[in-house]
Amino acid sequence: MNLFDYEDGREGYFGEYGGCFIPEILYSTVTELKDCFNDAKKDPKFWQEFVELMHNYSGRPTPVTYLKNLSEHLGGAQIYVKREDLNHTGSHKINNVMGQGLLCKRLGKERIIAETGAGQHGFATATMSARMGFDCKIYMGAVDVARQRPNVFWMENLGAKVIAVTDGQQTLKDAINECMRDWVSNMEDTHYALGTACGPHPFPEIVSYFQSIVGKEAREQLLANGAKLPDKVFACVGGGSNAMGIFQGFLDDENVELIGVEAGGHGPGLGKHAARIAYPDATTGIAQGYKTKYLQNSDGNMLDTHSVSAGLDYIGVSPILAHLADVGRVRFDAATDVEVTETLKLLMTIEGLIPALESTHAFVSAIKEAKTMNKDQVVLVNQSGRGDKDIFTVAEALDDTKWKTFIKERANLYV
Amino acid sequence: MSNQLENFCRQTAQEKDLMLMTHVVCGYPSFDDNWRMLELMDENGADIVELQFPFSEPSADGPLFVQANQAAVDAGVTVQDCLDFMKKASERFSFKILMMGYLNTAWKMGYEKFTDALVDAGASGFILPDLPVEECKDLHALSETKGLAPIMLMTPTTPTERLHKIAATAKGLIYVVARKGVTGTKTQMSTELEDFLARCKEATDLPLAVGFGVSCKEDTDFLKGKADMAIVGTASLRAWLNGGEQELGTFLKNLK
Repeated sequence: MNLFDYEDGREGYFGEYGGCFIPEILYSTVTELKDCFNDAKKDPKFWQEFVELMHNYSGRPTPVTYLKNLSEHLGGAQIYVKREDLNHTGSHKINNVMGQGLLCKRLGKERIIAETGAGQHGFATATMSARMGFDCKIYMGAVDVARQRPNVFWMENLGAKVIAVTDGQQTLKDAINECMRDWVSNMEDTHYALGTACGPHPFPEIVSYFQSIVGKEAREQLLANGAKLPDKVFACVGGGSNAMGIFQGFLDDENVELIGVEAGGHGPGLGKHAARIAYPDATTGIAQGYKTKYLQNSDGNMLDTHSVSAGLDYIGVSPILAHLADVGRVRFDAATDVEVTETLKLLMTIEGLIPALESTHAFVSAIKEAKTMNKDQVVLVNQSGRGDKDIFTVAEALDDTKWKTFIKERANLYV
Repeated sequence: MSNQLENFCRQTAQEKDLMLMTHVVCGYPSFDDNWRMLELMDENGADIVELQFPFSEPSADGPLFVQANQAAVDAGVTVQDCLDFMKKASERFSFKILMMGYLNTAWKMGYEKFTDALVDAGASGFILPDLPVEECKDLHALSETKGLAPIMLMTPTTPTERLHKIAATAKGLIYVVARKGVTGTKTQMSTELEDFLARCKEATDLPLAVGFGVSCKEDTDFLKGKADMAIVGTASLRAWLNGGEQELGTFLKNLK
């Protein structure tokens, strides 16, 4: 399945989704980016340069870990985990970011802007900018700034300027709008390093291209370890970049079932979650430069969304994944906040893993289904990020009294 | 085929050295305030008024209009409220009315229903800044049959060949974006803008309306003889917020 071999007149479309709905002023800039990316894609040395950079700077290839304890505990399928949490900066976000950094160099631009939700993409972008010598500005919803202070701290100390966006719902979607506003004002010297497989063409393709390293590696590693191809692959889906990354390794393997897990938040019901496909609340719309399934009202205005994890708390979803859901190649499920906290506790104690709250969504569904599977079956989960960044949220969810006392004592030091 | 809005512009251009288009965000600060703004705009010679339908993701707008869109959405302003207001305004005032907003409003309603509703509400056309020329075919075809003018934007970064492509699908007038950036920041009127206007004129015979950062008499004076119409958006809302009807009245008077 070549998703990026577009039909005539349907460039940037995946089924009915995708496209490029941008203000006219950005046309030339987006065309320049598209041309640059297409050239890079054709240049075999470019992918090689990217892979070497990731090996050298981010510790790739990240391992695939067999979860012996969990598999035995559940008594069903054998569970393997792709360890994107072991990347530099702690998530898969660095894959796309380093790749776009290389593109930015090819474009001859000196300034990078990026939106961030959980802060992982912003953190990775700040890191890349420091390494490659770009001036960096990160837009982040004020609500996310409040719940992800540790990532803000690192971004600022890496030399990035972090702007807390106070418009709208003050989360990821508002940070994207603010990036677009910066970009239309400064496009001559600025590259917008969009962090997920969403946005106007060619961003969904660019992000998927760099993230495909995850699935390529995972497939080879499983086979090299003597395991068979997985029966099911699970990944959490906010915008969809880590899911696109791992799924691309198995798209052509018809017997491998691909499952995207969205944020079920407080459960079904408008405004209570961020599940665009697993729950029936989203409808097709056009916003933020592309067509996809959005959580919106009948007038086309976007609804509030909720998730315990900032990185999944988003109104839209990758147009590529919306299409793959339509054609039945990817199945969607949702995990609620409560399920996520419970699963995280289990993973910490039984395997010593601390996945990010985002990634834990994928584990919720994987565990549910692995139980019902046979012992000779294989499940692969993408652990897209590490959870220590979520220490405040997790400690609160676990209602940890010792942690609360610690925070109070620390706070007293600063009085 | 010439269009009603285009004919109106051509006629009006004979009487005025520069026409005026103004802008109102529906429901912000309130529909009552909007009505008073329209009265002042009418008294002070507005030829066209854009009624912006509030959208939750106004990514092409600057801070003041973002705030206005958001406040209106939060206050529960619906598309139907905007259409009702538009109908009332088109019955009362002689200036032409354009729907301004984002594509999702039209998409969610369905293009057929959207264009019918605009005709019913007395609109002459619409401006959707996130509808690029590659995607406009269906909506423009429907608009043509109903006599609505789909207003297209030309920008300084648009390649010349593309200006021609845009001109080929535009009706009524061309919205000339004076500079990069979002709405509501001051534009330096310059020879660069003059050169750009010359490029637009080579691509189209339609009347040229210049917007983005047009905010005072110096700007409108500059545009006289170079363009057909000035579009004053953010500056008039700012005047209203600063000093209500008196300030807006003075501001509009001083533009002439």
